[in-house]
Amino acid sequence: MEELRVVILVFISTVLINNFILVKFLGICPFLGVSKQVETAFSMGMATTFVMTLTAAATWLINTYILEYFNLPFLRYVSFIIVIASLVQFVEMFIKKSSPVLYKALGIYLPLITTNCAILGLALLIPLNGYNFITSVVFGLGAGIGFTLAIVLMAGLRETLEFGDVPESLKGVPITLILAGIMAMAFMGFSGLISI
Amino acid sequence: MDSIYIYSILSMGGIGAILALGLGLAAKKFHVEVDERIKEVEKVLPGANCGACGYAGCSSFAEAVIKGDAEINGCPVGGNEVAEKIAEILGVQEETNETVKAQLLCSGGIKETKKISEYHGIETCKAVNSINGGTKSCQYACLGYGDCEEACPFDAIEMSDNGLPIIDKEKCTGCGKCVKACPQNIIILAPEDKLNHIRCSSHEPGKVVSKICEVGCIGCSLCVKTCPVDAIKMEDNLAVIDYDKCINCGLCSEKCPTGTIEFNGRLIEKVVITDQCVGCTRCAKACPVNAIEGELKKVHEIDQNKCVQCGLCYDVCKVDGAIEVTYKE
Repeated sequence: MEELRVVILVFISTVLINNFILVKFLGICPFLGVSKQVETAFSMGMATTFVMTLTAAATWLINTYILEYFNLPFLRYVSFIIVIASLVQFVEMFIKKSSPVLYKALGIYLPLITTNCAILGLALLIPLNGYNFITSVVFGLGAGIGFTLAIVLMAGLRETLEFGDVPESLKGVPITLILAGIMAMAFMGFSGLISI
Repeated sequence: MDSIYIYSILSMGGIGAILALGLGLAAKKFHVEVDERIKEVEKVLPGANCGACGYAGCSSFAEAVIKGDAEINGCPVGGNEVAEKIAEILGVQEETNETVKAQLLCSGGIKETKKISEYHGIETCKAVNSINGGTKSCQYACLGYGDCEEACPFDAIEMSDNGLPIIDKEKCTGCGKCVKACPQNIIILAPEDKLNHIRCSSHEPGKVVSKICEVGCIGCSLCVKTCPVDAIKMEDNLAVIDYDKCINCGLCSEKCPTGTIEFNGRLIEKVVITDQCVGCTRCAKACPVNAIEGELKKVHEIDQNKCVQCGLCYDVCKVDGAIEVTYKE
């Protein structure tokens, strides 16, 4: 029961309190780039969630059974990048074969995830936090869902903002960055929610 | 110490090898048959992935072209050159993209219109326009502060001494930035091959126009009556040309009493069909006023009373010397 409690807490904590985008400021590029429409933002979020969960599992295995076993922590960056890149490639091939519809929906975003710092950040945070396998997977899932939440919220705001009366000099990226800042402040309110 | 090197190399090599093997196998197992033409089309595209075509990148555009969702001339960067290459791959006839150029629908510069007020302030059309519609007597006229010149990314627009923008046809790409920048909405994009332009945007009645501008449309509708193909219509005291219908005959500009209508081509004096005519009937079909008559495979004749000297028959005729055109001086 104690383990289940930790898992649930890790999940809530990564989604809300330590949200990857709004609190840790990882993965800002897709957050600003792909948040023009709710629909595409959601697709991007789903793709990232999928890759994040898989990455968490794969990197935990590699870290525990190879890097820690041979005492090679300095190889984390290199090996994680390789693993993430191959994983995304594999996922892309798999989806292309099994579900052309999903492949089309994700489109260019899937390969873009390879270079997303949120994924590498996630992989590097796992050994740092000392999670076990299940917690790591939940951590990855939570990070992905937190990412989706933030990007979909942002897309919703930007869709509404299209009709807003934005001053000429703030149109486009500037107002988006201001929005991101306000959202990040709002998410700070979650910081007292739980403590682990 | 040495063991670190060995373990590092072995473990990284191992991870790399396993992943490479896995990917290699997966590539074979999950191989999806794709139309080879997609790759060929992708090769001839510029490869800038700029997204100007409306697709996510060059590869998505290539896919859409093969599927038939996108036009072969859909790549604005590659232009007609790329369209030709794609057409070759697909084996279809390529339709050249109709190029548009910016045209100013006002010819009332400082000389032609009267100045009714002085303006001291921010020197942009937008600012001037917000104060009582400018300094000129015509409220539809070009304000002359050069917002279009400022907006043009290709240096194609230059303000003349007469206070009107001069659009360089060679440099204009038809991007439409000046159209958006003009607060008077008097710049339009018109097909490059059209030679007639009605350079006035005033909806004032003729009486008013003739008092305030020397070259404004006074709404006499002579052009409407003259036009053999009904391409000109009167809209609220202003003659407006439908470029889709216009046949470049230039008759309207000849008739226009105020010189509002510009014609950039050569006026035709007379058209005659010679004995060389093989009777293919192409000219008869092309004639907008049915002035050409004749049976198949026999020499055709032009009814000079009906002929409006537009020259369309000359353009479609495939036989050299079958139609002779004399131009006016």
